[in-house]
Amino acid sequence: MGLLSDPNRRKALTGLLTRLNTPICIVCYLAGIVWFMGLAFEPFTLRTYMSENAMGSTMVEERFSSGERALSLAKEFDPPSACCGLNGMPVEWLVKAMQSRGLEVFTQSFSRKLPFPDENKERYMVRGTNVYGILRAPRAPRTEALVITAPCSPGNTNNQAVALLLALAQYFRNQIYWAKDIIFLVNEHDLIGTQAWLEGYHHTNITGMEYSPLQGRAGSIQAALSLELSSDVITSLDLVLEGLNGQLPNLDLANLFYAFCQKLGVLCTIQGKLQRNDWDTAEGYTHAAQTMMLMVLKQACGRSWGDHGLFLRYHIEAASVRGINSFRHYKTDATTIGRLLEGMVRKLNNLLERLHQSYFFYLLPSLSRFVSIGYYMPAFGLLAVILLLRALDLWVHLGAPALAAVDGVTEPSSPGVLTVLTPVVISHLTGVALYLLPVHLQEMAVEHFPVSETEAVVLTAIAIYTAGLALPHNTQRLLSGEGTEQGWKVLKLTALLYLAVLLGCTALINFSLGFILAVTLVPITASITPHMPKALYAVVMVLLSPAFTILYCVFIYQELIEAPVSVSEGWMLFLSVISQGILDHALYGSLVYPLLALFIYPCWLMFWNILFWN
Amino acid sequence: MAAPLTLLLIVAVTIRAVLFRSSLAELISARVEVVSPLNAWKRVVEGLALLDLGVSPYSGDVFHETPLMIYLFHFTVDYAEIVFIVSAYFFRKQKYALESDRYSADCLELLRSPKEMFYIPLKVAMFYLLNPFTILSCVAKSTCGLNNAIIALFIFCTLKGSALLSGILLALATYQSIYPLTLFAPALLFFLQRLYIPVNLRRSSFWFFTLQYAFMYVGSLVVITGLSFFLLGSWDFIPSVYGFIFSVPDLTPNIGLFWYFFAEMFEHFRLFFSCVFQFNVFFYTIPLSIKLKEHPVFLIFMQIAIISIFKSYPTVGDVALYMAFLPAWSHLYRFLRNIFLVSCVLLACSALFPVLWHLWIYAGSANSNFYYAITLLFNFGQVKVFTTTWLTNCEWKNRWRNKVSLFINLY
Repeated sequence: MGLLSDPNRRKALTGLLTRLNTPICIVCYLAGIVWFMGLAFEPFTLRTYMSENAMGSTMVEERFSSGERALSLAKEFDPPSACCGLNGMPVEWLVKAMQSRGLEVFTQSFSRKLPFPDENKERYMVRGTNVYGILRAPRAPRTEALVITAPCSPGNTNNQAVALLLALAQYFRNQIYWAKDIIFLVNEHDLIGTQAWLEGYHHTNITGMEYSPLQGRAGSIQAALSLELSSDVITSLDLVLEGLNGQLPNLDLANLFYAFCQKLGVLCTIQGKLQRNDWDTAEGYTHAAQTMMLMVLKQACGRSWGDHGLFLRYHIEAASVRGINSFRHYKTDATTIGRLLEGMVRKLNNLLERLHQSYFFYLLPSLSRFVSIGYYMPAFGLLAVILLLRALDLWVHLGAPALAAVDGVTEPSSPGVLTVLTPVVISHLTGVALYLLPVHLQEMAVEHFPVSETEAVVLTAIAIYTAGLALPHNTQRLLSGEGTEQGWKVLKLTALLYLAVLLGCTALINFSLGFILAVTLVPITASITPHMPKALYAVVMVLLSPAFTILYCVFIYQELIEAPVSVSEGWMLFLSVISQGILDHALYGSLVYPLLALFIYPCWLMFWNILFWN
Repeated sequence: MAAPLTLLLIVAVTIRAVLFRSSLAELISARVEVVSPLNAWKRVVEGLALLDLGVSPYSGDVFHETPLMIYLFHFTVDYAEIVFIVSAYFFRKQKYALESDRYSADCLELLRSPKEMFYIPLKVAMFYLLNPFTILSCVAKSTCGLNNAIIALFIFCTLKGSALLSGILLALATYQSIYPLTLFAPALLFFLQRLYIPVNLRRSSFWFFTLQYAFMYVGSLVVITGLSFFLLGSWDFIPSVYGFIFSVPDLTPNIGLFWYFFAEMFEHFRLFFSCVFQFNVFFYTIPLSIKLKEHPVFLIFMQIAIISIFKSYPTVGDVALYMAFLPAWSHLYRFLRNIFLVSCVLLACSALFPVLWHLWIYAGSANSNFYYAITLLFNFGQVKVFTTTWLTNCEWKNRWRNKVSLFINLY
C-alpha cells in the first residue's frame, strides 16, 4: 500500500486523477462499450464444453421410437374431443392417460386473482389444475427427481408436447435404469400453474397464490425441462435459458442440449437464431452480436421466458425447449425430439450431484460459444469506475477549501446535512409512491377516467413518474434556503456513490440489467452540474431516464427479432411491457419493477435535483 | 445538550420500534451478518425453553450464551431487551461527556474549538444510536447489544476513575465473551496515569496498584463464574461457551475471517490454526500498550477494533461499537488518509453482503468464494480504518510534541 500511504505519491495520484478526470471518464465509457461489443467477436469467446463428468463421459443410447404414437395421441388430445381452449385442460383425460401408462397420478388445483387484468393473455381470475404423474425410480432410494413439464394453456396448442410427454412416460416406464424419480407435469395457465405447483412442492407461499396441497411428492428436484411444441411441423428447436430476475441455469444444461442436437442432427437455435460459422465476416459478427444483444435484453427484463424460469428460484437447473416451425425444408419428427429428450433425461439421471461444475454467469453469442463472467464484468466495471472517479473528483474538490480554511470556520458541513437529506428523502418517497400507488389506485382511476384497469395502472405509473420531475422546485420551497455550491456537490457525491453501489449490486445479480442501466445513466449522471444550460440538459436527462431506457429496449428488441414496429405500436408495446413488469412482480416476485421504482428512479431524481439546484 | 440528546434518543427508539413491528424484523434476525451462533436470539429462546424444562441449556449444541445471561432473560420479557439496550446508550453518552472534559484540558491548543468538543458526546451517541449496524443488531435482538453495553459501562466507569466498578465490569465483559480480557491493559494504564504513578517496573507503587487492580478483576471474575456454577449446578457452560469461542466449531459464514479458513482446512491442522487465529486478538495488546501507554483511551479503541476484526464470531454490532468511538478522534480527521477509499469499501461491502449471500445460498449461482471475497474486503476496510487512525494518531502526537504548526496542509 505504499502508493496510498505515502502522502506525496498519493497526492500525485489524486492530482492526476482529478486533472485528467474528464478524459479518463470518456475513455472508460468508450472502452466499456467497445469491450461489451467485442464480447460477441468469436476469437474473444470460449468454446462451450461439458464440465460435468457424470454427463460428459458416460454414453447413452437413445431408443425411443414411438413418435408416431405421440402424434396420434396428440390428435386424440386435440379439439374438439378434449379441448384446451374451451373448458380448460382435460384433466380427467390426462389423469386416465397417465394412469394407464403406469404413473402415480395426482392433481393440484389452484386459483389466483391477478392484481389487475392481464390484457396480453386476457386473464384476471385464474383458476386451473395441474396434473402430474410420478414415475418412481426402480434403482435408487427415490431421494432425487427430474421434472419434464409441458404447459397446456388455453388458446395455446401445445398438445403435441403433452402427447410426446405421455409417449415418453410410457417408454420410460419400461426402462430399468432410472435412478431418479421422473415427474411428468402438465400445467395449466403456463407460469401461474408452474408457480402454484412449485410452491406446493416446496411448501412455500411467497406470492399469495391459493392452491391445494400436493398429494404426492418425489425427492428433491435436480433438473427440469420444459417442452413447448407450438406447431405440428417442427423444423428447429430453440433453447430458452433466461429465467426470473435474469437467472440462468448452469451452462452444462445448454451444453447437454447442444451435444444431443449435434448427435441427432437436429437444427438448434438460441434466441431463434441459427449459428453461423463465418465469424470473420461482418455479417457473421453482426449475427453473433444480435444473438447476444437479444440475450442481454431478455435477461435484463427479468421475466421468466418459459416455464423453466420459475424452477431456477428453487435451485433447480431448468431450461425450455421450444419447437419452432420456421418453414425450412428440413423437418424434425416427433421421434427425434423424443430421442433428444430421452438422451437428455438419461444423462441427467446419471448425475451424482446437482449441476454445479460449469458456469452460472454467462452470455451466449451462439450455442457453441460463451462469454463468462470474468470476460463481461470488465465492461460493466469500466462504466462503474466512472462514477467512482467522479466521486473522487468531487471529494477532492470538497476537501480542498475545507483544508484551506482549516483554523476553525465550521460553515461547510453542518448545514449540508439537511440540504442533502431532504432531496434524498423526497426522491425516495416519490419512488415509494411509484411502487405502491399504481396498483392501489386503479379502482379510483377507473371510476374517474374512461380507461380499463390495466390502462389505469400503467397510466398512473407514468403520471407519477412524470410528476416526480416537478420535484426540485418543491424541494426548494420546502428548504426555503439558498442551495449552496457545497450543497449540490455533497448531494452529487452521495448520489454518485449510491448509484455505483446500486448498479454494482444489480450487475452481480443480473448483469444485463445493470449494464443497460449503466450505459444510459452513467454519462448523464457523471456530467451533471447545476451550471449547465438547463433546458437542453433537462431534455437530455429525460431522454436518458430509466423509462426511456425501457422504451429504447422495446424498439431494439423488436428490431432484433426482425419485427420492427412503428412509433405508435412501440408505444403500445411499451405500455404493455410496464403492465407486464408490474404483473410479474405481483405474480412471480420479479424484482425489476421494485428495483426501478424504489431505487433507480429515486437515484435518477437526485441527479435531476442537482440540475435544478439554485 | 440535553435537548438534542433527547431528540436523538426519541428518533433512535422510534426507528427500532417501527422495525420491530415490521415484517423486516424476522428477516434481519436471520441474517448471518447480524447474528452469530453466540448471540442469536433464536438460540437464547431455545436455551430458555431447555431451562424451563429442567434440562441443562448447554446439553444441545445450540445455546452458547453465558449462564448469567440466560437467568437475566429468564426474569425479563422479550421486549425488555430494547429497554436494556436503550438504557445502555445513556451511559455511553455520559461517558463521553466525561471524556470531553479530560481531553479539552489535555490538548486544547490542538483542537479546533472547545465548541467542537462539546458536541463529541452527542456525536458518539449519534454514531452509535443511528448507525444502521447497531439498529440491525438491535432489531435482530442479538445479545451483542448487551455485551456492547457492558463494555461501554466499563469504559464509562474507567473514565470516572472508579477502579472497583471498572474491574467488576471488565470481569463481566470478559465473562461474556473472553476477548475483552485485552482491555485490562489499557484500563490499568489509564488508572496509573490518573493516579500519577509512572509505569516503571522497579517502582513498588506500580506493582501495588497493578496487583490491586488485577485482584479486583480476577476476584470478580471468580465470583461471577462461581455464581454461574451455583445457578446452573454444573460446569457445562465452560466448554460450551468458551470452548465454543476458542475452537470455532460452528462454521456458519459471517463477516469474520474464521469460517472459510476452517471450512477449507484439513482437520489435523485445526488446532494449530485456531491457535494462530486467536493469537491475533491477544498478541497486539503488548506492542500497542507499549507504544500507546500515554494514550490509554485511544488504546481502548484500538483494542476494541482489534477484537471486532479478529474475534471468532464477529457481527456488525461489534463493528458498530468501535465505529462509535471514531467521533472522539474527530481532531484526527483532517489528517486521515484514504478515508474516502475506506468508506467506499465499507459502504460497498455492506451492500454486497446480502447480494452475494443471495447469489450463493438462494440462487445457487455464486459460491462461498464470492462471499468470502467480500468478507476479506470488508475486513481490509476495517484494518485500514484501524491503521490510518493509528498512524494519524502517531503523526499527530509527533506534531504536537515538536510544536510543529498544525496548519500544514497534510492532505
